Amino acid sequence: MKSFAYHQPSQVPEAARLLGALEDSKIVAGGMTLIPTLKQRLAAPPALIDLSKLPGLSGIKDEGPTITIGAMTRHADVARSAMLAERLPALATLASLIGDPAVRNRGTIGGSVANNDPSADYPAAVLGLGATVVTNIRDIPADQYFVGLFETALQPGEIITAIRFPVPLKAGYAKFKAPASRYALVGVFVAQFTDGVRVAVTGAGPGVFRVPPMEQALAQHFDPSAIAAIKIDTEGLTSDIHAEADYRAHLVTVMAKRAVDAALS
Amino acid sequence: MSNVIGIGAAPKRKEDQRFLTGRGNYVSDIKIPGMTAGVFVRSPHGHAVLRGIDKTAALALPGVIAILTGEDVAADGLGTLPCGWGISNAQGVPMKEPPFPVLAQGKVRFVGDMVALVIAETPEQANAAADLLDIDYEVLPAVVGVLDAVAPGAPQLFDDIPNNICCDWELGDKAAVEAAFRKAAHIAKLSLVNNRLIGNPMEPRAAVADYNPGTGQHALWTTSQFPHVVRTLMSGLVLKVPEHKVRVVAPDVGGGFGVKQFHYGEEAALAWAAKRVMRPVKWVASRSEGYLSDRHGRDHVTEAELALDETGKFLAFRVKTLANMGGYLSTFGPNIPTNLYAPLLGGVYTTPAIYCNVKVVFTNTVPVDAYRGAGRPEATFVLERMVDVAAAEMGIDRVEIRRRNMIPKEAYPYQTPVLVQYDSGDPMGCLDGALAAADVAGFGARKAESARRGKFRGLGYSTYVEACGLAPSRFAGRLGARGGLYESATVRVHPGGQVTVLIGTHNHGQGHETTFAQIVSEKLGVAFDNVDIVFGDTDRVQFGMGTYGSRSLVVGGAALSKAADKVIVKGKKIAAHLLETSEQDIHFEAGKFSVAGTDRVKTFEEIAGAAYVPHNYPLEVLEPGLEEQAYYDPVNFTYPGGCHICEVEIDPETGVVQLLNYTAVDDVGTVINPMIVEGQLHGGIVQGVGQALFENAVYDDGSGQLLSGSLMDYCMPRADHMPMMNIATHSTLCTHTPMGVKGCGEVGTIGSPAAVINAVVDALSHLGVTHVDMPATPNRIWRLLQNASLPIAAE
Repeated sequence: MKSFAYHQPSQVPEAARLLGALEDSKIVAGGMTLIPTLKQRLAAPPALIDLSKLPGLSGIKDEGPTITIGAMTRHADVARSAMLAERLPALATLASLIGDPAVRNRGTIGGSVANNDPSADYPAAVLGLGATVVTNIRDIPADQYFVGLFETALQPGEIITAIRFPVPLKAGYAKFKAPASRYALVGVFVAQFTDGVRVAVTGAGPGVFRVPPMEQALAQHFDPSAIAAIKIDTEGLTSDIHAEADYRAHLVTVMAKRAVDAALS
Repeated sequence: MSNVIGIGAAPKRKEDQRFLTGRGNYVSDIKIPGMTAGVFVRSPHGHAVLRGIDKTAALALPGVIAILTGEDVAADGLGTLPCGWGISNAQGVPMKEPPFPVLAQGKVRFVGDMVALVIAETPEQANAAADLLDIDYEVLPAVVGVLDAVAPGAPQLFDDIPNNICCDWELGDKAAVEAAFRKAAHIAKLSLVNNRLIGNPMEPRAAVADYNPGTGQHALWTTSQFPHVVRTLMSGLVLKVPEHKVRVVAPDVGGGFGVKQFHYGEEAALAWAAKRVMRPVKWVASRSEGYLSDRHGRDHVTEAELALDETGKFLAFRVKTLANMGGYLSTFGPNIPTNLYAPLLGGVYTTPAIYCNVKVVFTNTVPVDAYRGAGRPEATFVLERMVDVAAAEMGIDRVEIRRRNMIPKEAYPYQTPVLVQYDSGDPMGCLDGALAAADVAGFGARKAESARRGKFRGLGYSTYVEACGLAPSRFAGRLGARGGLYESATVRVHPGGQVTVLIGTHNHGQGHETTFAQIVSEKLGVAFDNVDIVFGDTDRVQFGMGTYGSRSLVVGGAALSKAADKVIVKGKKIAAHLLETSEQDIHFEAGKFSVAGTDRVKTFEEIAGAAYVPHNYPLEVLEPGLEEQAYYDPVNFTYPGGCHICEVEIDPETGVVQLLNYTAVDDVGTVINPMIVEGQLHGGIVQGVGQALFENAVYDDGSGQLLSGSLMDYCMPRADHMPMMNIATHSTLCTHTPMGVKGCGEVGTIGSPAAVINAVVDALSHLGVTHVDMPATPNRIWRLLQNASLPIAAE
């Protein structure tokens, strides 16, 4: 690890100001991606801005039609939230499947969504639920937020403060864990709303994406059988030493069926 | 005497008190005043000419003390890293043995090959300097697989080693095998890959080197399984300093699995550098650095053929293997796929003729050497897969074909056609025990239940034997060993009757401090708590060959047993004097020397006291003191073995293989501590399951980059992959070790991969699948199912 300056601002505007003022500085939320990157000397930002002392960034709030989760809320807190278990259990399940206990006790929802790892779990929920990414300057709809590989709509100096999830009628998440990393080799989040169904896939490609044919089929008939025959094009899917693209494509259908099953159970 | 805990008991491990309370002392805990930080700069290329290194910018950084390269190594006249085994081809032509420089000279031959050692005041400064080192590489194409390496036009690692072949080795009667194949009723064939593995001891490698100009003494603390061997090899052959001027300490070491049983270039480089800079130097590897430099294991490509008569009796077995050596020869490298492989191809069967040809091949990968099991898992996998393939082709039940060919218990000692003579064993007994324990009779019902859920269930057997207790020195010498393979132990009885054992094996997770203390407690009648085991320091322990090849109990324990016997012999002399009788009349049992047929007794403590306060003592004929030493060189290998039965369930939708049941009934000879034996089996089996289902070291051809370069991509088995294991022993006693022990460190790893893969193939056999290469990953299984044109069940 190379040396760096460390800042621990106490207010969001101050954090944003530091982020804008300190060239190449990086935000630390849970640090679950950043710290290993620093330790491996793959990145050497001159300054880190730690968000852990910012007030009001942690917690899960039930707002009726929506649930808002503060950006610094740890995965473990989402996984064990009694309110989510009642109102949006698929999200609690998803959080319980992230990493291992140490990661879940440190990692944050805001950090995960900001990092936008192509195999992370949260992006599937954010896109699958059509959530809103709330930042210090604006609200970004999920459909506009995820841009590409580790790339988001966040502008320089912009800090995620919360994620606001609409509460669906039903939702389910099914994850096929990469054997070594336990990131999603393929993860599918399915959510049914009164006005339609959303299906979001993580892990299979360079970024989270929706599957409109499945969404249409499930809107007609919310049952695994409705999508069993829908195949995903392998074009653009990831191929690596763990899984070839056609296997990932196959898993998308399998995991989508299992997500629907989970939503129905 | 109170608190004697002897053979067969299962006390908690002595060493865990310090490990579990954070009081261990590992290499990275060692701090010496004035200590500097060493960082190795490693080749980022699989194959390249090293055209030049410009140190200027790096040396200018603050805190940088020295940057040493291959040129400095050459200028100081250091030797190259020695290979401990020299094998030859059938004509007696020795293997090609290219120099393995401590730091690369002229060329780099794998990603991770050491190019420079940077020494600075702090690790941060050393890393910063390493980043600034300007190394001019002329990148060459790299070759990583054995088939590619021997193909025409392949990149050549060494100018004088055509086709990258180190040695074209063979064993067995080729003509007899060919004759048997000509009269065979059936010939079964199998091509397979034994996947390349990376060992993952909990503690990465590390070393601290120091030099005292006042005494001329080098000191090296290193994560080693065999500090005395490191001292011998490093002092005499690399540093070229007298052996008595080198101290090597392997303190607490967090696991080895073979990875730490080699003399590594880092050790020699640090010891040399500490003298050059006249400061202690510490280096601690990261996990990723370990992946690029720890010796890897396995990596074979094999074609096997089994000739059978019409009843399924094995007539002859023929095996051709290409074995990957990596970029250079490591300490035991060429021995593993040859001498520790081909002699095991007889297995537990009466196959009368066996021939094995192994081409040992250089590639642009990390050197390959021993990894838990070392050659024997590879042999077991070929043979046990071959048996299943033959059984399927001939329509004979897999258990039945094994029975028809098994060596009966009465036939021991049994001479195989491939050098080794098994002293004892009962493979049929192990098989019968395992069949019952695994409820094989109920498998059909369980398979039907799986089928109702759309899953494929399979059962796999591995009936195997291995050669342990490395090794009889004379025999090993004939096979090419350049060192002895005995072990030594000193039993030092203190004036109060407590005992310190100084032993040449090394405990890095095996529980020696407990097992060996039990042996002493049993033999001398001394309280278990009054026995301490010392190892790992060449300045404290007389000598030793270290721990590997399931040898510690078999060879080290035998030396210990002999030394304890010598203590008893001397004790009897002292007792005879004190009790005013003849030595022949003294009887020793349970810590008491007594005159046979009387109640006259001297306790072990009294005898120890007399030996050290020799007022009433036969000084004219007996030296004072009570300390005895023994060296033990085994007369044969030991041959543990057994039967493993694995039950799996495959989800055809995803290709995931789930282990449902695992049964192992093993013959490990006498069991000293059943808890430790069970732990060794658990760990060994999980390691074999890792090879069968998860682990795979993957290199990118052309560039030679390691694609599975971290635990994010190299999949280790985890607790949630495993069912509860059903472990039992069915022991016959070794006829030539003092306590009848056979060793148990590697049996799990040797028996299990074949059991797992045989179960996977069984689960898929109804689809025409006859073989699955390791690791049987979900993607690989799914691909097989696709190719089998199975209508994947859509619910």
